[in-house]
Amino acid sequence: MTATVPAAPRVIYQRPARLTDVSTRYCPGCGHGIIHRLVAEVLEDLGVDGRTIAVAPVGCSVFAYEYLGYDWCEAPHGRAPAVATGIRRVRPDAFVLTYQGDGDLAAIGTGEIVHAAARGELITAIFVNNGIYGMTGGQMAPTTLVGQRTTSSPTGRDVRAAGYPVPMTEMLAVLPGVAFAARGSIADPSAIGKTKAYIRKACEAQIRGEGFAVVEVLSNCPVGWGMTAQESIRYLQDVVVQTYPLGVLADRRAGAQSGAARPGTPPGTARHAENRPAGQEA
Amino acid sequence: MTTVPPPVEDPSFSLAGTREPPRRVLMKGNEAIAEAAIQAGCDAYFGYPITPQAELLEWMAKRMPEEGRAFVQAESELGAINMALGAGAAGARVLVSSSGPGVSLMAEAMSYMAGSEVPMVLINVMRGGPGLGSIGPSQSDYFQAVKGHGHGDYRVPVLAPSSLGEAMEMVATAFELAEHYRTPVIILADGIMGQAMEPVEQHYRTPPRQTASWALTGADGREPRVVRSLHLAPEELEEHNAHLQEKFRAIAEHEVRWAGERLDDADLVIVAYGTAARVARTAIARARAAGLRVGLFRPISLWPFPSAELAGVADRTRGLLVVELSAGQMVEDVRLAVAGKVPVAFEGRTGGMVPSPDEVVEALRELDATGSSRRARRVRRRPPIPVSGADHMHPHEPMAEPETGHDALSIFGDDAWMPHWYTVPVPTHPTRNGRGRGHGRNGSAERRRGDEGGTR
Amino acid sequence: MERSIVFAGFGGQGILFAGHVLAEAAMNAGAEVIWIPSYGPEMRGGTASCTVIVGDEPIGSPIVDHPDVAVVFNPPSLAKFGPMVAPGGVLIVNDSLVEAPSGRDDLDEIRVRCTPLAREAGDDRLINVVALGALVARTGIVPPDRIREALHAIVGKKRPEALVVDLRAFDLGMAAVASGTGQLTDRPAVEESATPV
Repeated sequence: MTATVPAAPRVIYQRPARLTDVSTRYCPGCGHGIIHRLVAEVLEDLGVDGRTIAVAPVGCSVFAYEYLGYDWCEAPHGRAPAVATGIRRVRPDAFVLTYQGDGDLAAIGTGEIVHAAARGELITAIFVNNGIYGMTGGQMAPTTLVGQRTTSSPTGRDVRAAGYPVPMTEMLAVLPGVAFAARGSIADPSAIGKTKAYIRKACEAQIRGEGFAVVEVLSNCPVGWGMTAQESIRYLQDVVVQTYPLGVLADRRAGAQSGAARPGTPPGTARHAENRPAGQEA
Repeated sequence: MTTVPPPVEDPSFSLAGTREPPRRVLMKGNEAIAEAAIQAGCDAYFGYPITPQAELLEWMAKRMPEEGRAFVQAESELGAINMALGAGAAGARVLVSSSGPGVSLMAEAMSYMAGSEVPMVLINVMRGGPGLGSIGPSQSDYFQAVKGHGHGDYRVPVLAPSSLGEAMEMVATAFELAEHYRTPVIILADGIMGQAMEPVEQHYRTPPRQTASWALTGADGREPRVVRSLHLAPEELEEHNAHLQEKFRAIAEHEVRWAGERLDDADLVIVAYGTAARVARTAIARARAAGLRVGLFRPISLWPFPSAELAGVADRTRGLLVVELSAGQMVEDVRLAVAGKVPVAFEGRTGGMVPSPDEVVEALRELDATGSSRRARRVRRRPPIPVSGADHMHPHEPMAEPETGHDALSIFGDDAWMPHWYTVPVPTHPTRNGRGRGHGRNGSAERRRGDEGGTR
Repeated sequence: MERSIVFAGFGGQGILFAGHVLAEAAMNAGAEVIWIPSYGPEMRGGTASCTVIVGDEPIGSPIVDHPDVAVVFNPPSLAKFGPMVAPGGVLIVNDSLVEAPSGRDDLDEIRVRCTPLAREAGDDRLINVVALGALVARTGIVPPDRIREALHAIVGKKRPEALVVDLRAFDLGMAAVASGTGQLTDRPAVEESATPV
């Protein structure tokens, strides 16, 4: 009789340290939880948890500070990239992240995101696009698909009145200050894996001082879309990606073919050692 | 080679060498304030170009990177103020500057900063409004600063310098207040203060840093921190509001600032701040030369307003005259403070116009003669608007006739091709004597000139 | 005592500069002073003016209703400021560009041929410095050496070659008044009595 020695247990999944163990306020089937986990995993992998300062938007993810255990600053609706700019310029050693929805980033906050990107600000924007204003009850967003019904486009988005969906990430991708721009999705495990890789590259771009980075993550809103969770995932896979194709939209990181955006810390940033702002531990 | 003869000695002009000159430099207001902020330890400045404060931005653009500090010319005032929010939340000493139209855009973040208790100093170099208005000097943003900007139940300290030297010192004080009370602080300057050059003694003060145990630094080995104004549960938000109100009460108790001049024997007192107080100072000298005993009460903190102090001064006087570069804003706080104990008259100009010392003297004479507040709400060169409770409007009085020229001084007139610094002076106060004799515009205008002795 | 001087002319005539030099000189002479420019779009538009108030106590009102002196470089400035000068005050006119007289008989009106003098100094454009010389020669508001020091401080550091010409223009302006029109008039003290209270 041969005793079989059990193999050492191998961890194939565990909760990232900074993903807090609380129930979220998100609706059943919502994609935010997956995206939160991806962010937490990447930041942990990159070892920047302890120097991350994140900026929360206004929208469903306004409570992100309850779910991800970093230092957080709340921003007025749409202003997260400006708030992040202020943080990054006075704490050049911090890792600065904005987490924004499509109403926040693509509507009310277009000015802030465009100019943070144009300056090549060393921040990383996680842009969750579910095509709708979820928190306020499912109204039409700039990203809502043509014909899509919402509570403020009850007969479907009519281009004659409401125009066309705004491809924010393509627009940002043309700016030379953008080191990395990509669009992923949370529709299936394969897409989630790719999205995580995009988020990682976007975070590395900041760490290496290569410029602004944005990852748009197509997500679902079963409640706002009036679908079951499964239906919403299929809609994401079959319909939404027709308007918003997945993939890398710009890669100007060092070593990438299209050339680096603007390496290094910009002038107009507080010098760390000599001019450390207050705020250290008591 | 030209031989230069000695200059004519005209004793009426000889001022030179009247005293030992201190070590001073001539600086433009905006630049001196900016440098004072740098010397006060400002870590970060965010701005957007707007007249009449653009030189402040320009100075910072040059000097902040030299000093290894943060500077961003933002895409808008929205961008600038939110960068300030972020930098302030990260524990930095932050300055933002703008003028009325830009400050309006900043209202949103002011509310957020008050709610989330982020320190920051905002300088408003006021210009004429409403809307795009003019770029002339003004004090028309008193309400905005003292009563308003963003939504919600909150207050922020508002300081009003009246000279460049005071403004420079005030920047340091504002940083101290902001950090001590964890609040935005507003400094209300105006176009003249920003644009004029005056000699300044370069005495700077750097307030000590306070430990900010709330500031965002990255949660490394400690509990995460959140800087937020969101408290979704009503009970929780009410508790937060109670905390804020407690703070505001403390500020109101400890941070009242004002200055008095020549109050000891004053029968009448001018209440004015900022540039209006300087005009008042000249007017007081002229009025005293003419036998009126007039003093100056100058609020320095507009919120908290020196109400009790003003009430105490008012007790010893026969009347107050409020002088503003506005249609009458601070005058409301003055009336609240004195609660009807003495008459409160008002003299103001709007749109970038500045009351002349003579106008102020005239208003003092009227207050002295009548002790009334007949002039209380009148804004020159506008049709009278009936105001409830104002006794100076006769219901059948014709509309105030437009004047043929300005009766005071304009930086920006209506004739764009002319230098606008001055306009032609004509006798003032078209409607003061108008009651009971409004016989047509030209006639009354001519008679008015005759009455007051022609061109001064 | 306070004395107020207005400089006015076309943009590009060095209006703000002339006031700046006077303000710097007054400060270094130990006086209180304030310099207020016209600002904003008109700076770039075509007209410019500035006011300098000099006093032996902190300056009160930064706005003057009746300047003691106006230095005008073009016809619109004469039309605008000529009537405003306090009775008994001084009006210095750039005779090279302003033909009409002010029509005031209660002023000391000094006409200076600024352009030829500036040319003689070595730079046509220095009419502002010529006029400044005339102002100082007529009023003695600051010692001439204070103006020369101010020119050193403001011009000399950046453009030493220009300083020589500036100093020459200033001297020519002073000489023009001393040799010609700078007749003193009896003038009342302006400070308190000009205002019929």
